[in-house]
Amino acid sequence: MTPVTKLSSPQELAEVKQKTLSALETGCTRVLVCGGTGCMANGAPAVMEALQKALDERNVPVRVDLVDDSKEGTVRLGYSGCPGFCQVGPIVRILPSDYFYIKVTPEDAAEIVEKTVQKGEVVDRLLFTDNDGKTYAKRNELPFYRDQVNVVLADSGIIEPGDIRDYIAKDGYKAIAEALFGMTSEAVIAEVTQSGLRGRGGGGFPTGVKWGFTQRVQSPKKYVVCNADEGDPGAFMDESIMEGNPHALLEGMVIAGYAIGADEGYIYVRAEYPLAITRLRTAIAQAEAANLLGDNILGSPFSFHIHIKEGAGAFVCGEETALISSIEGKRGMPRPKPPFPANSGLWGKPTVVNNVETFANVPKIILNGAEWFRSFGVEKSTGTKVFALTGAVVNTGLIEVPMGTTLGDVVFKIGGGIRTGKGFKAVQIGGPSGGCLTTEHIDLPLDYDSLKAAGAMVGSGGLVVMDEDTCMVEVARYFMQFTQKESCGKCVLCREGTKQMLALLEKIVGGEGTLEDIELLEELAVAVRDGSLCGLGKTAPNPVLSTLKYFRDEYLAHVVDKKCPAGECKAFKGYRIIEEKCKGCSLCARKCPVGAISGEPKQPYTIDQETCIKCGVCFDVCRFGAVEK
Amino acid sequence: MAQATAASEKESRASRRFEKIQAIVEQYGAAESALIPILQKVQEEYRYLPEEILTFVATALNLPPATVYGVATFYAQFSLEPKGKYIVRVCDGTACHVRKNQTLISTVKEWLGLKEGQSTTEDMRYTLEIVSCIGACALAPAVVINGKVHGQMTPEKVTKALEELEAAEKAEDK
Repeated sequence: MTPVTKLSSPQELAEVKQKTLSALETGCTRVLVCGGTGCMANGAPAVMEALQKALDERNVPVRVDLVDDSKEGTVRLGYSGCPGFCQVGPIVRILPSDYFYIKVTPEDAAEIVEKTVQKGEVVDRLLFTDNDGKTYAKRNELPFYRDQVNVVLADSGIIEPGDIRDYIAKDGYKAIAEALFGMTSEAVIAEVTQSGLRGRGGGGFPTGVKWGFTQRVQSPKKYVVCNADEGDPGAFMDESIMEGNPHALLEGMVIAGYAIGADEGYIYVRAEYPLAITRLRTAIAQAEAANLLGDNILGSPFSFHIHIKEGAGAFVCGEETALISSIEGKRGMPRPKPPFPANSGLWGKPTVVNNVETFANVPKIILNGAEWFRSFGVEKSTGTKVFALTGAVVNTGLIEVPMGTTLGDVVFKIGGGIRTGKGFKAVQIGGPSGGCLTTEHIDLPLDYDSLKAAGAMVGSGGLVVMDEDTCMVEVARYFMQFTQKESCGKCVLCREGTKQMLALLEKIVGGEGTLEDIELLEELAVAVRDGSLCGLGKTAPNPVLSTLKYFRDEYLAHVVDKKCPAGECKAFKGYRIIEEKCKGCSLCARKCPVGAISGEPKQPYTIDQETCIKCGVCFDVCRFGAVEK
Repeated sequence: MAQATAASEKESRASRRFEKIQAIVEQYGAAESALIPILQKVQEEYRYLPEEILTFVATALNLPPATVYGVATFYAQFSLEPKGKYIVRVCDGTACHVRKNQTLISTVKEWLGLKEGQSTTEDMRYTLEIVSCIGACALAPAVVINGKVHGQMTPEKVTKALEELEAAEKAEDK
């Protein structure tokens, strides 16, 4: 079944919108189960099944087709995209009342159907409750959402990504109609340029300017490429957009194609995102059937085709020239720029490469105008940004805030503070290419330029919050291990330099570091940064440089005092017998696998630190609590 | 005589094998740009990339074998060693790392009896992979067993999941 068949004019598109809206507005209760990767893993399919069963058992007329002409079905059950608050999943949302149920289990299905669907009452025990015991019934009242501004994620979580009509009802594909039938390609580029939209993948290059470069190059063949190789560990906003609102991405790409004069596009998506790939394939098939993609879109002379290319697991492919090589079937290694892809990209043709979130912003800009977009954010960083908020905060998930929102607002207002009850220590922003922000940055606005000045970057938008128990040297080691493994090996300084930097960091967390090692680390960091061709190498030293800048005392504690202040590094964990508590029972000495404990019976025993392997057996067996860590 | 039969049988098995690969090549088209999808499909079929198949693909695509080998060794997804029937993927993304996934890795290693540097069990049943970010950060730490994502894992939960898989496997054997 294809939900929408060949549309041959903007009027026909508008008719589909009207028909869908009127069908959905006539007494239809929508039950949306979150179908994002997180909730699916957390048991959403079982909840879906139970809800279906509960509806059937009570003979509630369920609408099988979203747009039911006969208007018989009064309840529509379907999977939505990710509403962002992944931590409390599986999430079930009821529309139009907008009740927001969290941690739903199959056992809750009957009650949801009886109370909410049939009587319109709220099930209190499934609502979000804050620390003070206050409950919140509707999504927008939740502290997690209250301070967010949703532009890109506005429809994700409300519409069913599996049905193109749900997107059309939200003015989906209307921007294509407006561009194709009412704007020249120059006008589209001018609008995007004026909006101030900058690349959301990390670089922050003005999107309209990039499109302008590509448009001006004369060539019978051009390409639009979407970079969906979201490789930063700790980032999943692009995944969520592709899963929750795939049509927005497709629409943005079609508009880009029209603007630069391209008729073909590729989405390069990580193979680690199987659900996103499935949803995109469905979306492409539906858009093609509806004539919103393919030849003569909406009856216009413009044609545009989109293909999916699955990545094969290489972080460096997030770099645009490496990504292009990978689409061509080669090893994904970057090449020097210029020539920029705008002049010579995929198969040597002029190519625009943009990130998922960037494309997803485009239809909104065309529909609402550049001025509207500029009303969000700050002067040089306009619009909103989606961040993946994870780590030691109370509320984790995807958030969208205007550019320039302060770090403190994100961590404490939206994130709800530190979940362990410990103190806030730092935020790692921008993944392995980014840096850390500390308590002194609580009032720092999160935008491209402020972050750059603070030695960090927006990156793709990963925000990992750390508490006092996190060792910053170990964090630097973790990221260095990641970039070292992912270095493609082309540039000597990146290939060998990251290896040496990793060795030094391992030495330091292993308790063998010296002051000279710290100096050498800084020297190498500069060399790797200056001697690498692409962003991977250029930014690989960032986590080290920024932790050295803000947490130098922690490095010093490791090498001088031989201590890990956060108590995380294993090498510094030691066991000691407290004399006053030791009864001299000799149990620990007998259990010690390496004979590191000695002493006279009935006298306090001692541990020889040289021989000790820190296995912790003594700590476990002591009945008097006389062994301390 | 018996030897000749065995040889021809081996040959026909090999040709059947290449027939399958030929079908994959035809499905994606014999162009360089199809190399990665072809290798992905081959790996899906065999759970690794056997050397003779790499050579066959090179010939079919009219590429030097070194180019195909170069691509096969560049991407983390490809393996030149046979993998186990079940893949246990422990996510090592930042969020999982910060939420102490190291204990999960050691738990899985111990449960599977893997030695240092070994990733597949000797009976070819399990392969442990440590991957960077699977995008389930809000459920950190996450483990993917047999394609199914398990969130907010603990050593106890991961052991239980593996025990269930093992029990199902044993039941299947019988």
